[in-house]
Amino acid sequence: MSDSPIAVEEHGPELRHHFASVEQQRDAASLGMWLFLATEIMFFGGLFLAYLVYRMWYYNEFAAGSRSLDITLGTVNTMVLICSSLTVALGVRAAQMGKRMLLVILLVLTLIFGLAFLGIKGVEWYQKYAEHHIPGHSFDASDLAKDYPQLPIDQAHDQIYFSLYFAMTGLHALHMIIGVGIFSFLLFYAWKGRYTPEYHTPVEIGGLYWHFVDIVWIYLFPLLYLIDRKR
Amino acid sequence: MATAAITAEREHYLNKEYGIRSWLLTTDHKRIALLYLMSITFFFFVGGFFALLIRLELLTPAGDLVQADTYNKLFSMHGQVMIFFFLIPSIPAVLGNFLVPMMIGAKDLAFPRINLLSWYLYILAGLIYIHCIVTGGVDTGWTFYTPFSTAFSNTKVIEAGLSIFVAGFSSILTGLNFVVTIHRMRAPGMTWSRLPLFIWAHYATSIIQLLGTPVLAVTLVLVVFERAFNLGIFDPTRGGDPLLFQHLFWFYSHPAVYIMILPSMGVVAEIIPCFSRKRIFGYHAVALSSIAIAVFGFLVWAHHMFVAGISLYSAMIFSILSYLVAVPSAIKVFNWTATMYKGSISFTTPMLYAFGFIGLFTMGGLTGLFLAALGIDVHVTDTYFVVAHFHYIMVGGAVMGYLGGMHFWWPKISGRMYPEAWGRLAALIVFLGFNLTFFPQFILGYLGMPRRYWQYPPEFQVLNVLSTAGSTILAVGYVLPMVYFLWSMRYGKIADDNPWGAAGLEWKTASPPPTFNFEETPEVTWEAYNYDQIPAPEEVTVER
Repeated sequence: MSDSPIAVEEHGPELRHHFASVEQQRDAASLGMWLFLATEIMFFGGLFLAYLVYRMWYYNEFAAGSRSLDITLGTVNTMVLICSSLTVALGVRAAQMGKRMLLVILLVLTLIFGLAFLGIKGVEWYQKYAEHHIPGHSFDASDLAKDYPQLPIDQAHDQIYFSLYFAMTGLHALHMIIGVGIFSFLLFYAWKGRYTPEYHTPVEIGGLYWHFVDIVWIYLFPLLYLIDRKR
Repeated sequence: MATAAITAEREHYLNKEYGIRSWLLTTDHKRIALLYLMSITFFFFVGGFFALLIRLELLTPAGDLVQADTYNKLFSMHGQVMIFFFLIPSIPAVLGNFLVPMMIGAKDLAFPRINLLSWYLYILAGLIYIHCIVTGGVDTGWTFYTPFSTAFSNTKVIEAGLSIFVAGFSSILTGLNFVVTIHRMRAPGMTWSRLPLFIWAHYATSIIQLLGTPVLAVTLVLVVFERAFNLGIFDPTRGGDPLLFQHLFWFYSHPAVYIMILPSMGVVAEIIPCFSRKRIFGYHAVALSSIAIAVFGFLVWAHHMFVAGISLYSAMIFSILSYLVAVPSAIKVFNWTATMYKGSISFTTPMLYAFGFIGLFTMGGLTGLFLAALGIDVHVTDTYFVVAHFHYIMVGGAVMGYLGGMHFWWPKISGRMYPEAWGRLAALIVFLGFNLTFFPQFILGYLGMPRRYWQYPPEFQVLNVLSTAGSTILAVGYVLPMVYFLWSMRYGKIADDNPWGAAGLEWKTASPPPTFNFEETPEVTWEAYNYDQIPAPEEVTVER
């Protein structure tokens, strides 16, 4: 970086050689993350489209499948994830103000919330496995027909609901795992004191990613858990 | 040659560091462009090898060289290699990578390490795909249509799908890098209406890469999940809808055609003003037509599905929208020809490729209108007419633009001139070979020869022999530039900083450029394509 032939003003080591100023570098990083989130919206968009089509066609099967999910665990998980977004937002603030220990604590809390979410999700998946609700040869939705006689269902079509359930929550969980990885990285460098009021872009754009994954769940929860629970 | 002596001593991006490490760990966009150049050239010849086998099999009506199963794998892998490992990365990842920062006066792309990551992802995808090829291949067609791909094919669909997923990630990262770079890294004075049209074209391409590729990614993930974990989202026996797959697939794969052709249009828009010595006619119209193509491109996907069982009503809407794409495309062609009008044209190699592009793209575009018309489409769907049409766009258009661009910027990339006479000869061979290969296929298709069969009725043989003969000529035309480019790296004439007298910022730095492109950040005070203020260099004038 110092061997750049271009004379630049004095700057800290965090400014990479090809940027003219710290502001330009921060703007670029944040625009890059927003664009990446746009690609993520399109990625999940394909799933939401499939969900929309099949929910129109197989409404009763979707309602029955939805009721068989554990609403308590789902709600707790939603709370856990919202709390994690709060700690992330406070963490970005702590980084901006240069409070290293506070940032570290908030990042640790975020990681704990994230891992708790994944753990609870795992419990829910195991329940589905035990109930033979995993699509495939051993799929069996006769319990749904028995439990919800008011919903006339075609058991084959309920495989579509559970296929979407596992695809959507599975890809969401994969994003959570990546998020946990990113935040472990942030925690490591926060511990070493790399983030200062002048330079904390990684915390900000990592936070953007975390909030996005959180928002996806905010949509997934009602779409998957809350279909027609009154009838 | 005073310049030669100076060039020999001067430090530039090629001689700054030596050794394999300095290349594999580089974050210099110019070196990454060369890494891409080598890797896509490799895959171009892999795909070309499959193409030649296909043409050899079709030399005779009987299935004698390969049988049906092998033939299915050949055309599937030809398509997937050529599209995902050559055409999609070709111009953006090689010329775009090399030129985008330089053309806007930046020292590098916004995210140099992500740029290198995208090359490694491409290589990872390529290795997975090569593994797929050598362990049995894939026979779904490049389109992965369900339920064949999910329930019936006994080939390596999961591997091919994952490989293309990873390649898509690489493509997204390239597009993301370009958009951020174009937004945030422009030199002082480089306003949006002074941007080279190459940049506009790459901006439009990157938008498509960003918004289209993720949809293909999730579709392929669902296909892989369906094969690997027995999910049933596209499975008709469980109420799943194969048409949904086709909608999702073509939502990316139609715009993908514009990922391939738009950068080529950008190249042509640079070459034509330079060798006509005139400002481009209708700068804003050409610039915005790139954006228009990107936008319309997202609204026409279902014209691939006219006979797949969509409603006549939606087919009519998609037919009309498909016609709309012709408008911005025609704006480009008319503006290029208007630029040449009364220009002082020199017939250099890049210009010959630009001519070839205009002619072949026009034919490909016009036959696209045939296919957008519902009545004609029913007749020619899944025939060689379609094959000929999209090869006129992808090979006649995209590859011509790629080769034209490689010749135009080779002096900047390598610091050497390619042999001009050989260049012109190769351009001519490519043009003749291309037309001999693909024009007979229009007739074959119109007469009713279906695509994707290894056998055909004997009355189609003459046209098929012509096509196969053309493909061997085309192959010679493609090997020649590779040979003389390599030759010129050692023996070519030393290139000046601006051998063509061209207007872009990339010509205002040395050939080859220093690692950070410019000795000091340029300040732009002139309009793009100010050819009225730049004298033509002597050699180009003399050759006219």
